[in-house]
Amino acid sequence: MKTIFEKSVQGKYQDIIPKCTLPEVTFPQELTRSAALELLEISETEMSRHYNQLAQRAYGVSDGMYPLGSCTMKYNPAVNEEVAALKGLTDIHPQQPASTVQGWLRILKIGEDYLKEVTGMDAVTFQPAAGAHGEYAGIRLIREYHMKNGDDKRTKVIVPDSAHGTNPATAAMCGYEVVSVPSDSEGGVDVEELSKVLGNDVAALMLTNPNTLGISDKNILEITEMVHEAGGLCYYDGANLNAILGIARPGDMGFDVMHMNLHKTFSTPHGGGGPGSGAVACKNILKGFLPGIKIEEDEEGMTMGLYEETMGPIGLYYGNVAVAARAIAYMLTLGKEGMVAVAKNAVLNANYMKTLLEKDYHIPYNEGCMHEFVISAEDLKKETGITAMDIAKSMIDNGVHPPTVYFPLIVHEALMFEPTETETKESLDRVSQILLDIRKEAYTDPQKLHEAPRKGQIRRPDEVGAARNPILVFEDGKDL
Amino acid sequence: MGSYVPGTEKERQEMLQTIGCNTVEELFAGLPEQIRLSEGPDLPEGKSEQEVMSIMEEAAGENRVYKTCFRGAGAYRHYIPAIVRSIVGKEVFKTAYTPYQPELSQGILQSIFEYQTMICRLTGMDVSNASVYDGATAAAEGVLMCKDRKKDVVFISGTVDPKVKAVVETYCDGQNVKTVTVPVTGNGMTDIHELKEMVERESGFACLYVEQPNYFGIIENIGPMEEIVHGAKGKLVMGCEPVSLAMLKTPGEYGADVAVGEGQPLGLPLSFGGPYLGFMAAKKDMMRKLPGRMVGETKDADGNKAYVLTLQAREQHIRREKAGSNICSNQAHCALTAGAYMAAMGTEGMKKVAGHCTAKAHYLAEKLTEAGLETDADTPFFNEFVTKIPEGSSVTCSDILKALDEKDILGGLELDDRSLLWCATEVNTEEEIRTVADTVKQMMGKAGE
Repeated sequence: MKTIFEKSVQGKYQDIIPKCTLPEVTFPQELTRSAALELLEISETEMSRHYNQLAQRAYGVSDGMYPLGSCTMKYNPAVNEEVAALKGLTDIHPQQPASTVQGWLRILKIGEDYLKEVTGMDAVTFQPAAGAHGEYAGIRLIREYHMKNGDDKRTKVIVPDSAHGTNPATAAMCGYEVVSVPSDSEGGVDVEELSKVLGNDVAALMLTNPNTLGISDKNILEITEMVHEAGGLCYYDGANLNAILGIARPGDMGFDVMHMNLHKTFSTPHGGGGPGSGAVACKNILKGFLPGIKIEEDEEGMTMGLYEETMGPIGLYYGNVAVAARAIAYMLTLGKEGMVAVAKNAVLNANYMKTLLEKDYHIPYNEGCMHEFVISAEDLKKETGITAMDIAKSMIDNGVHPPTVYFPLIVHEALMFEPTETETKESLDRVSQILLDIRKEAYTDPQKLHEAPRKGQIRRPDEVGAARNPILVFEDGKDL
Repeated sequence: MGSYVPGTEKERQEMLQTIGCNTVEELFAGLPEQIRLSEGPDLPEGKSEQEVMSIMEEAAGENRVYKTCFRGAGAYRHYIPAIVRSIVGKEVFKTAYTPYQPELSQGILQSIFEYQTMICRLTGMDVSNASVYDGATAAAEGVLMCKDRKKDVVFISGTVDPKVKAVVETYCDGQNVKTVTVPVTGNGMTDIHELKEMVERESGFACLYVEQPNYFGIIENIGPMEEIVHGAKGKLVMGCEPVSLAMLKTPGEYGADVAVGEGQPLGLPLSFGGPYLGFMAAKKDMMRKLPGRMVGETKDADGNKAYVLTLQAREQHIRREKAGSNICSNQAHCALTAGAYMAAMGTEGMKKVAGHCTAKAHYLAEKLTEAGLETDADTPFFNEFVTKIPEGSSVTCSDILKALDEKDILGGLELDDRSLLWCATEVNTEEEIRTVADTVKQMMGKAGE
């Protein structure tokens, strides 16, 4: 379809704001644009149709199962959108006096209290805008802690080989050297290897639990204790919190600080790639270093201040609070029993789907999967030439969004499924059947799978060409 | 209780049977017994939709929505066209995720590609990324693009938004990059003489971060700064207010290497500070250093036009600890909003908003001067400016703000006892401006009696 710029015609406009009746202000020529702005000119009708066309060329949770592993693409309740659209929440300047934002502070305080309870932590900040941003805050908190203790020889952060790429990238961004530890045969951290790298130069261990294989580490208490004994702290990557919500708490597992992806676990819409909220929770030993606002209550009402030894802000204001408000509405809805129901049904759904697939597909780490599981198409590739990518693209031809592919890195030809608790048995059955049929087709008609998708919006794109000769902006008159 | 679980108990039993389990609890066997919450979390029971809505409505009612707002300082009240709200409210735009599967996500990818193009047209730069968290982290990521092993000192003008400066300092501190503040002249501008001397003294000079307009609303004299910075083989990172770029000389025209800014004025509600939108654009030679997602145009297997996430070799999921930043998905829906806003306003509409902003801010400054506050008439400003209460007056900023508050007006932001930072946009009317001026005049007059 055409870009919006190709639909732009000089002279078209939308009459949005009134004519300004005050005298025009002119600036000296050296301060103004030498080339006049040329953005685009389009009528409201054409604009509405353009975006409708774009919307038709997109796929959301509202269209069907979206089993992206570690992304927790669950249903986004409608009421939370209405909450976030309340005028008393949207039309509030971030630098109004505290006495005029009591409602906002109260909502955030409710969120802090719920999150402290489900994580087993002592304090929460909403300033981090996304999971990676939360990781950044968390590792910086650990750095502040060691610095304050005069422990400045700790230069390493340990990350398992099954970790998300953000973990090592975060550690490096905080000035740390990354040490990778391998997984054991069951998919957990290899404790023996861990003990070899622990020492007085280790600042922290970053761990996702359940990990990206969907497996909860059976040695989790031993692992956090080992790190603490070496003087390091433990960081919990909350990407997979959905699996244990209301069942077990990172704080009780021995973790000192964690981030949550409120957009995942607490179901705020993913927005085509954000905005999310990467709220961070920590134990008392780290609380004083937190970024963002410290909300307290006195006789006058709610107050907003800074933490005593704050590491400094990592965002302009207090975080993606309108995203947090949606998540907090969801927490209120869930309550005590709803939290548990989320985890139980997420784990049940994943295990059910895994059971339907495991006879035909190879699942290398099959024991103790919780909310997600990882298929390896390595055997299929050897036998038929069909790759994880071919399977994913064939799913598109069957009208289903593919899972996460080629991750985690420790599984070859990986397909990582996380159905979430909001999928029905009917859709789990249907998608599993599609996958079983695809596997059969791998033997009978591999060419069809290599050529998939045929029914997508496009065929497979030339990604290598895109990176080699990047075209990142539309240029008039340019023909590819 | 609402957990949005669609399954029935009967279905759960069937599923358990298929799995070969008697209870769901068996599936949690991997969690050590001693850390399980046997009683569940200590939380209130789940609430119905109606109860949740009423709790949130009540809380929203405890926030004060000012009828009139003359406060900016980083977040601005603008008119948001109805078509923008309508478009970004489409369910699929909300519930899609990062377009990892291009064959199912052409609409999302194209919207980002169009946004990138609009940001480039607005800033005069060559390439844009798909967004970062906000204007402050955009500045931080922008300066970190400019460091290398030998160049690890970042200069920050003392005239930039102190909130942005603090974030840049946090990020630099994390990577052991030194930050140095360039002094401010008496009239609130970057001290260019000092800058020149400081750059000459510093062999590790990596870049200068300066904002246009600066925190005090003043339009800086960027030309000489560009010469100094590039003369010392450093990079120029400019923080820009997007509406002003419809009128003011662009970072591209100044020769900046990186342009960043807060995209909130482009159709995003104030929402107590977020979610907002950090935009980042660069010259072509800095393209591979830009962090975050980028969308590129290519062809599919049939030779048709296609969009994909591209240049991913820069990113954390490929490079892990060697990536320049840990950023992954962030504010796509906010970028969609900004794109729709710019489309609705169009070239002329953007200029018109900028025209309102300057005309109204200048009218407000004139009226407040008449009312007895001091302003600096010699420095050019866009839509924000600082007033001072004259030496010797017994009136304080809080007196003025209190009097305005009684008229349902959020006045300028207090910078110190005597200084207020004011802002005007197209939503402010002449009448509102006169009300503010009259109120201030009354205060100042009373004090003089």
